[in-house]
Amino acid sequence: MFPQEWHFHVAPYIDDFVKWLLTAWGPFFDGLSNLVLRMLLQVEHFLKWLPWWAWIVIVSILAWRLTHNWLKTLLPGVLLFSIGMFGLWEVAMETLGIVIIAVLISLVIGIPLGIAMSGSERVNGVITPILDAMQTMPSMVYLIPALLLFGLGKVPGVFATVIYALPPVVRLTNLGIRQVSREVQEAALVFGASRWQMMKEVRFPLAMPTIMAGINQTTMMALSMVVIASMIGAGGLGEEVLKATNRVAVGKGFEAGWAIVVLAIVIDRISQAAAKSWEPPQR
Amino acid sequence: MPINQADNTDTLLEVKGLWKVFANHPVNISSPDNGTLEDLQNNGAVIAVRDVSFKVKRGEVFVIMGLSGSGKSTLIRCIPRLIEPTKGQIIVKGQNVLDMDEKRLIEFRRYETAMVFQHYGLLPHRTVIENVAFGLKLRGVSLQERQDRARHAIARVGLEGWEKHYPSQLSGGMRQRVGIARALVQESDLLLMDEPFSGLDPLIRREMQDTLARLQKEVNKTIIFVTHDLGEAVRLGDHMAVMRKGEFVQQGTPEEILTNPADEYVERFVAGERVILSGSNRQSIYTSMPNRANKQAMSVPVSAPVAVAGRR
Repeated sequence: MFPQEWHFHVAPYIDDFVKWLLTAWGPFFDGLSNLVLRMLLQVEHFLKWLPWWAWIVIVSILAWRLTHNWLKTLLPGVLLFSIGMFGLWEVAMETLGIVIIAVLISLVIGIPLGIAMSGSERVNGVITPILDAMQTMPSMVYLIPALLLFGLGKVPGVFATVIYALPPVVRLTNLGIRQVSREVQEAALVFGASRWQMMKEVRFPLAMPTIMAGINQTTMMALSMVVIASMIGAGGLGEEVLKATNRVAVGKGFEAGWAIVVLAIVIDRISQAAAKSWEPPQR
Repeated sequence: MPINQADNTDTLLEVKGLWKVFANHPVNISSPDNGTLEDLQNNGAVIAVRDVSFKVKRGEVFVIMGLSGSGKSTLIRCIPRLIEPTKGQIIVKGQNVLDMDEKRLIEFRRYETAMVFQHYGLLPHRTVIENVAFGLKLRGVSLQERQDRARHAIARVGLEGWEKHYPSQLSGGMRQRVGIARALVQESDLLLMDEPFSGLDPLIRREMQDTLARLQKEVNKTIIFVTHDLGEAVRLGDHMAVMRKGEFVQQGTPEEILTNPADEYVERFVAGERVILSGSNRQSIYTSMPNRANKQAMSVPVSAPVAVAGRR
């Protein structure tokens, strides 16, 4: 047995810290919560306002412009149609809304962070282990602080999703910028590029295909986290899965799961094709 | 040995006592003697450029020749401070580049110098015309003007009709033409060329040398040209220096170096070339003779084949 007198708990200190955070920073978190909620409602409103067939048309046009391939154009539309067929269109749009907001927040934080990491070994050294920890942590863990700071509902769902989905875009922005050829940078430098011009004209555009891959990854991870976030009341398709699991309703569970997979496939295909359009042409 | 005793008035570039020591700790070589230098090297430092001095007159082609690892690429990169020299002076038009602050240095790079690289250094996501106009864009020149000037430069290197192509769609020789056009469009006095033709196959290389000789007649730049190829040095250089282990072992006109090599190292360098040069029956591409008259005669052909060749 481990000696009783050596027991020591950090739990009370963490609880105290959170309590302090909530009292001292309460208004801040409230404000943040309201802001995110308002953005979320706007996006959700728009997603539901556009009729289902308009979505299918838009996605198909997008797919055609990016792939110029009949099969790849028709497939996303057909898949989306199946979501509506299962009566899950509205909930799917709720899920999509949270994903969109979470990805936007992730990009606003992640891309500048990745740029900062690419420019400084020290920043890189501090952030990398944090990202490692974020990615090894079981995703459910993120629900706890989100729950504490923002209560139940969609907003904590968004925050848990941001924490979970953030690492890929940070990492790949960093990697993409570091991979930009030294020769090209040297040439830009000798022609008199300032730091800002170097970033804007050379590093960022050349890193763009890699950054797009990061955005794609972040989106996929956001989608998977949104499902888990339904446990703290984020709603959407995840809630359908959760309900079906609790009632052992296999059929219903399959339908909701199918809808999630469809969303993933459609978003993935389109964002990958968009990423490709950033690559310089190969003869 | 140094032959540059021309008057200072038309000296465009003067390098005085330039040192570059690569080390992962600060280096003090304010009074370099053999002892301190040996210590430095024992501590893992590499002396890439060792007390190099030379002068280049306006309108001259100065060739720095040496084998790989001799420090020639480091030396040419010290001039626009792509590599920060450890010690010395680099005086361009009376101004010491090493005294410039960041803002002035960017201005110097934008307006007073241009460079051509061995591996081209073209932007893969930009078309030929955008690449050529890149330096002008950095200067803040308007779109209309930079396109006009870029078109003109593209025509000069014989790439009309390729403006909208991407670098990946061009052959090596054509890419380097883009590199040269990008440097020419700047209309800077000082042109730095770091082994610009070394990556090209021999026929294209020869063609590019002719193109450069022709262009040089038209624009009359001051060119610092780095190469490991003696034939190229002889063909293009007004003056040249042979570099070894970071030092200039000999400076002079190509004729002087060929006829009167300063030491065994230069002698060996030159000997190989002499065999080729004097090989009477062989119609090799190195038919150039190391004297002024022949060089002039050779660089004259400017006509159509030069402009067209290099395309696939």
